[in-house]
Amino acid sequence: MRVNITVNGILYQREIPCDTMLLDFVRQCGFMSVKRGCDTGNCGLCTVWVEDVPVLSCSYPAARADGKRVTTLEGVQEEAESLGRCMARQGAEQCGYCSPGFIMAVLAMARELDNPTDEEIAHYLEGNLCRCTGYASQMRAIRAWMKERRGEGEP
Amino acid sequence: MYRIENYVFPSSLEEACRLLNGDLRGSAVLGGGCWLRLGRRHLRNAVDISRLGLDGIEEKEGWLELGAGVTLRRLETDLAVTGRFGGILGRSVSSIVGVQFRNMVTVGGTVYARLGFSDLITTLLSLDARVVFYRAGEMGLGEYLASNGCPGDILTAVRIPDDGRQAAYESLRRSRTDFPVLAVAVSRLGEDWRVSVGARPFVAARAERAEACLSRGGGADQAGELAAQELRFGSNLRAGEDYRRKLAAVLVRRAAQTLERGGEGCEG
Ligand SMILES: Cc1cc2nc3c(=O)[nH]c(=O)nc-3n(C[C@H](O)[C@H](O)[C@H](O)COP(=O)(O)OP(=O)(O)OC[C@H]3O[C@@H](n4cnc5c(N)ncnc54)[C@H](O)[C@@H]3O)c2cc1C
Ligand code: FES
Ligand code: FES
Repeated sequence: MRVNITVNGILYQREIPCDTMLLDFVRQCGFMSVKRGCDTGNCGLCTVWVEDVPVLSCSYPAARADGKRVTTLEGVQEEAESLGRCMARQGAEQCGYCSPGFIMAVLAMARELDNPTDEEIAHYLEGNLCRCTGYASQMRAIRAWMKERRGEGEP
Repeated sequence: MYRIENYVFPSSLEEACRLLNGDLRGSAVLGGGCWLRLGRRHLRNAVDISRLGLDGIEEKEGWLELGAGVTLRRLETDLAVTGRFGGILGRSVSSIVGVQFRNMVTVGGTVYARLGFSDLITTLLSLDARVVFYRAGEMGLGEYLASNGCPGDILTAVRIPDDGRQAAYESLRRSRTDFPVLAVAVSRLGEDWRVSVGARPFVAARAERAEACLSRGGGADQAGELAAQELRFGSNLRAGEDYRRKLAAVLVRRAAQTLERGGEGCEG
């Protein structure tokens, strides 16, 4: 089937098998930040936004994204870099495999929740599993990044 | 993983039903698609109903109506939902996997699939919800759960009496976002009580003796014991039958006590 999907501002018109998942579609378009983890909807590694709503691209049919706008980490690079710096400072990344999905989820949370508490942050990010960090350093990084965004922290 | 030969966006419910019934074994409706995808079906037609405008949340003449395409996440964020029934609809789904997942899975797919561990079905049963099918029309959720299902039909909406019922939810999970070991929803409208227990691991059922006990003022302790006695429980890899039975007594008691104290958020 033929689909027209705009990924990070660029329109991709492609012929695809009907059961192609959005994860495979965006990777075939060259957006390799999007990672496959569990492939069952459990880990959050494959998080992208469809029309600014965070979804799991491993479980989202590419056909359903026809005519829609998809954003991957490559499309929000500037913000991702500022969060990524905080993550590096706080040791919130070890193997780094979960980071693209994690960053997409944190950026979505920042758009959705105003000044969230630690509990709200932890709850929002429950769907993003990390096998390395133990999550405490991720929480420190998010707090530091949010402070920085409010102009309270070091650049 | 499923395989799909044709991916179709029907332009009407009638067309969607026709596609389904043209090849019942080889076709399926796609709600969120998250459960369907994990199976091994070979679909000649995947019927995507997400463009049929079934994603409304409406307050209608004494009913709260949730379109089949409403995502579970919206139950947590839409004020028309969070402001009703003590916010139980949003709270009961808030441990299902994660936000991204709940942005995809739908009320329709959840109810239609009648999964035993369903948190949402447990809650809806305690709120006297009704289900609306395109062809079969409207019926009580309990009636649907006890039926042989509605193959070839499309669930269009779930309707909940907007009667000011208060409700409380309890579940136990081995880890925060795992399937529930047991799920309990208790609701109350004055002295009219409902007790619903799901993930037994069978699909949710009402505990009518426990309800009668609460309605005559028999108290939360006794209601918990009655629910544990009257319902059927089973074993799976998450818990054994005995454990579930004991747990049911505790969770029903806690939920009933919350409502005796005046509802969610009123615990001291
Ligand atoms: C990894 C994972 C973890 C989960 N954890 C939990 C949990 O902890 N608690 C919990 O309660 N649930 C859990 N669920 C279930 C989930 O919440 C949904 O209930 C489930 O995915 C079905 O919703 P869906 O929209 O994805 O349905 P789909 O997969 O789209 O559909 C499910 C079935 O219903 C049919 N269907 C869909 N919509 C309609 C309709 N409108 N009319 C007629 N037929 C229809 C489909 O053809 C299919 O047979 C989990 C699911 C997964 C995949
Ligand atoms: S790869 Fe999509 S949720 Fe794990
Ligand atoms: S840093 Fe390795 S999985 Fe998160």
